[in-house]
Amino acid sequence: MAAVTGLEQPLVTAPARPARPRAWRAAVFVIAGLYFLVPLGASLWYTVYTPTTGLSFEPYAELLTAEGFASSLSLSLALALATIALVLLLTLPAMLAVRLFAPGLRPLMEVLCTLPLVVPPITYVAGLSTSLRVGADVLAPTPFWATLIAVQDPGFPVVLVLAYVVLVLPFVYRSLDAGLRTMDVRTLVEAARSLGASWPHVMFRVIIPNLRSALASASFLTLALVFGEFTVSRLLGYQPFAVWIVTISGSRGQVSVAVSILSLLLIWLLLLAVSTAFGREKK
Amino acid sequence: MRRSPGWLGTLPLLAFYAFVFGIPLAALLAGAFTSRGEPTLANVRQSLEGGNLTAMAGSVQVSAVVALSGAVLGTFLAYAVVTSRSTALRNAVLTASGVLANFGGVPLAFFWVATLGNSGVVSGLLGLPSGSLYSFWGLVIVYLYFSVPLMVLVMAPALDGLRPQWREAAANNGATAWHYWRYVALPVLTPALLGGVVLLFGSAFAAYATAAAMGAGTVVPLVTLKIANALTSDVLIGQENVALALSLDMIVIAGLVMLIYLPLQRRTTRWLQ
Repeated sequence: MAAVTGLEQPLVTAPARPARPRAWRAAVFVIAGLYFLVPLGASLWYTVYTPTTGLSFEPYAELLTAEGFASSLSLSLALALATIALVLLLTLPAMLAVRLFAPGLRPLMEVLCTLPLVVPPITYVAGLSTSLRVGADVLAPTPFWATLIAVQDPGFPVVLVLAYVVLVLPFVYRSLDAGLRTMDVRTLVEAARSLGASWPHVMFRVIIPNLRSALASASFLTLALVFGEFTVSRLLGYQPFAVWIVTISGSRGQVSVAVSILSLLLIWLLLLAVSTAFGREKK
Repeated sequence: MRRSPGWLGTLPLLAFYAFVFGIPLAALLAGAFTSRGEPTLANVRQSLEGGNLTAMAGSVQVSAVVALSGAVLGTFLAYAVVTSRSTALRNAVLTASGVLANFGGVPLAFFWVATLGNSGVVSGLLGLPSGSLYSFWGLVIVYLYFSVPLMVLVMAPALDGLRPQWREAAANNGATAWHYWRYVALPVLTPALLGGVVLLFGSAFAAYATAAAMGAGTVVPLVTLKIANALTSDVLIGQENVALALSLDMIVIAGLVMLIYLPLQRRTTRWLQ
């Protein structure tokens, strides 16, 4: 290709497009730049400057010692890890089974995994809290009652993990579906099986290594979503990270803005990780 | 021993789904149509009158304004990026869009409180009256912060798919720039545009965290805030079922909007490879 371009070069020295005023483009970029960068700059300034004390990076130091910071952060992390594990454990076998043995179930799967997108989180939590309340009444005389209460343990609310799995299901499904599209699952599995590999061997030595980047992106998306999740946890009365930020905003406005800046940074890092995971795959 | 059928692998997911998603939805439906254990339409009727109707209308209005203005602004920005010759600029804008489209919820609210809130940096400079951020247009400006980037992400691939040959062919046949946009580019882009509008509408409609963290409920009535109040307050006993009816209304609206989106998405993918 390089040689061909080299030959053609003298012909294309004239500009390919007619020279037209590009002022509108500059205007679009300036307006967009102002709109998106001013809040970022203003928030940074808000955290480091007050008229009474002048410049100070105190809010960022205060953050680490703030009451509830460590506990809410570790709760969010634990919830995120549990959600990632559970959602992958449920979807990956199901999607493989559909591809290998039951292609007829695929449309059903797709509809089921897209449905949570249509249901706004607040309506889902309205239904969830109702069923928890009714469930406690109905199950009171049975041993299941204790299970239902244990699921809502404030130390580690399993019920949040269950709800988060539902909320991230559409994103995880799409991500894994895209990953599975890039490989011929049936041929790989049949080849491995005919060479005598056991099912666990097929799973861990053939399928999962080929799906590495799809699994990574599904996990990072889940992590980002769980970290920022507010609606479900707030209405069920738990205090992971996002709820904690709102709780402290009343008394320490600067700290809550500082945390917001850090979470923007975190999203950026997570997306960077996703794109490098995918970038490596392409090579 | 017979080999177990392979589709059994789907059973854990299906069972989980029926249990964790199916039961709450069933509870929602049952609660919306019953009151003290008896079937009734009173909850649904109540969810569509008075303050509840105002809140629903407020949510639809905010979402519609955000969706339409976000779609126009996002398309302009995407077109400026796609036609620019600088790859560095293109990469920077697309990466930033990816980050900001995911930047919602609570942190977004505090960003804007620090900027345009009552003691915000920029509102102080501009001398804005107190409470400007907590108005209808304030909420729209806040929601556009993630909606415009979302639209850029939707439109950039579609605009990339417009082939230069189409423009040249149109020009050879004597079409002006207006003709090209009106009869060639716009029809090809329509599915992506409408899909983007639907996506923006849906995300603004479902948004609760940002409005709750801003405390915008006092000025702008939103249905999500209404549902949350009815669910958490102890004062409004018996309001839970009205909250469930409101939730049902929301799902119906979101579902109708989604029904427009899905077939359109298929059409886009057919035209723009």
